[in-house]
Amino acid sequence: MSVYDVLQTIVPTTIFFAAPLIFTALGGVFSERSGVVNIGLEGLMTIGAFVGVVFNLTFADRFGELTPWLALLAAMAVGAVFSLLHAVASVTFRADQVVSGVAINFLALGLSLFLVKKMYGKGQTDQIQVGFDKIDVPVLSDIPVIGPLLFSNAYVPSYIAIVLAFVSWYVIYKTPFGLRLRAVGEHPMAADTMGINVAKMRYIAVMISGALGGLGGAVYATIISRDFSHATISGHGFMALAAMIFGKWHPIGAMGAALFFGLAQSLSIVGQTIPFLKNVPTVYLLIAPYALTILALAGFIGRAEAPKAAGTPYIKGKR
Amino acid sequence: MKSNRLQQFLIPLLAVLLGMLVGSIVMLASGYNPIAGFGALVYGAFGDPYYIGETIRQTTPYILTGLAVAFAFRTGLFNIGVEGQLIVGWLAAVWVGVSFDLPKIIHLPLAILAAALAGALWGLIPGVLKAYLKVHEVIITIMMNYIALHVTNAIIRSVLSDEGFKSKPVKESASLHSDFLDAITYHSTMHYGILIAIAAAFVMWFLLERTTKGFELRAVGFNQHASQYAGMNVRTNIILAMVISGAFAGVAGAMEGLGTFGNISTKAGFTGLGFDGIAVALIGGNNAFGILLSALLFGALKVGALEMPSSAGVPTELVDIIIALIIFFVASSYMIRWLLSRWQKGAE
Repeated sequence: MSVYDVLQTIVPTTIFFAAPLIFTALGGVFSERSGVVNIGLEGLMTIGAFVGVVFNLTFADRFGELTPWLALLAAMAVGAVFSLLHAVASVTFRADQVVSGVAINFLALGLSLFLVKKMYGKGQTDQIQVGFDKIDVPVLSDIPVIGPLLFSNAYVPSYIAIVLAFVSWYVIYKTPFGLRLRAVGEHPMAADTMGINVAKMRYIAVMISGALGGLGGAVYATIISRDFSHATISGHGFMALAAMIFGKWHPIGAMGAALFFGLAQSLSIVGQTIPFLKNVPTVYLLIAPYALTILALAGFIGRAEAPKAAGTPYIKGKR
Repeated sequence: MKSNRLQQFLIPLLAVLLGMLVGSIVMLASGYNPIAGFGALVYGAFGDPYYIGETIRQTTPYILTGLAVAFAFRTGLFNIGVEGQLIVGWLAAVWVGVSFDLPKIIHLPLAILAAALAGALWGLIPGVLKAYLKVHEVIITIMMNYIALHVTNAIIRSVLSDEGFKSKPVKESASLHSDFLDAITYHSTMHYGILIAIAAAFVMWFLLERTTKGFELRAVGFNQHASQYAGMNVRTNIILAMVISGAFAGVAGAMEGLGTFGNISTKAGFTGLGFDGIAVALIGGNNAFGILLSALLFGALKVGALEMPSSAGVPTELVDIIIALIIFFVASSYMIRWLLSRWQKGAE
């Protein structure tokens, strides 16, 4: 097996596994940059996966080829609404954000499984029939070497994820909205003094994270699992959280980390077919994302520092 | 002061009631009968000796995971890694349980001790990172959960079985199984672990409230700078708090490994016992006695839920929704306090 063959196995599956993580990790960046810790990403992905699959199953006949796209939009909308619970609890009611996030995870799984049983009479939905088609990107896929690796036989949402990372970078670092978002997350009192509505910014940021988390979950369910059950989203939200931290709360960093974690996931699956990886026990690949995140936080791989005000509710007038 | 204590008691109670209320609304909205639903729940938890035995069996690990989370809370730490510490404890207990031939009086305590040590070790890492590098324990413990899950699965496959998915059953001399409890609860899976869990609650109370070390641990949780100024070693206390919390979680794993299941299987996902422990601790007010009560509540909810599909047609997941709502309401206790204060003003 030549190196190029190996790459041709690994690179597309890496992008394939990374896409849901990128969306969700970007959501995490928005929320935490505004000062709201979001452990609930896992639950938001669960809700997104649930909505994505149920919408697809319900409306496949009516919308045909458009169904998966509309399902993604529906998942984003429901994810945003669902994340309002986290926003209300942690911004308005000053709840411990970690506890509220834990509750989001519980509620998402409980509610979606409850509804699946109610709607389908069993613990698991059917397989969806209409998914995304694999495409070759015009022009780019004809580039020698890189073309077949990066631009052939891939799903459109994967590219949207990568583009969205750059869009998020632009929004967070180059627009007034982004400046306000970061100000609210670093020093809410200063931001408040300058006339920024701290609560409003945080609500918006949490809802963006809900929409992106929902999108990530729906992309995962539509492309990778193709149905919904209790184990559809198992740890992907926490892996996205890890990607956000490993990427140092920066959109491009989060994308890079998500791609890297996607690589680890893809190696743990296709690794057995690759000669020099055959003897590496999969457990090392499975724990790699988590172990690396710990090392990054501990400062062994550059220092990862959270936004200053992350995790603390802002109470007007309190020093 | 008096009204403060009253509130401490009222908030969890109101949260539970609100959770059940919203749960009833969910049942009504989806076309189920809430009275039949809750009736099935209560019957399924306490209806006959078998159900009572199952409820107590479920309560056992909840007490310990609740204590683990609460111990960390009381010392100013958020241990979300109870789940992982429980899994490694489970593995360690079973490992000792299958590998040695010893008299019961040595073997059983040894297996439980191994579980406590494994959990403690899993708590040590985030403790050290927090104490020396000021890394937030929440993220580290979440990551440690996944490492525990994958590592234990690998060990079960390669060491405790021959590429299989579960270990051999633990030796009789390390088992918590009780013929007596089995007989009086119509062959439920209840085991002697409940006695250990209750003893652990007493240990936590004594340690935190009646010893100098416990005072130090709590002081560091309240205010690190003041504690340092008073001559306490903040770093050692943070590490010790995580280690003790992890040890409680590890013993919870031993309950599953030596009692409920008697072996360990590979897991596709988490047991949920550790995460539920957060709810148990919050409802129990992070107090050892409160945790005994709230663990019983959650044990009853979880076991009672199993009766709901057959006799009321309600999916068991309704209970997970209720538990999530209870956590929300406790977390948003500011809202409940605000409502209470409005209410009290109105009464004056």
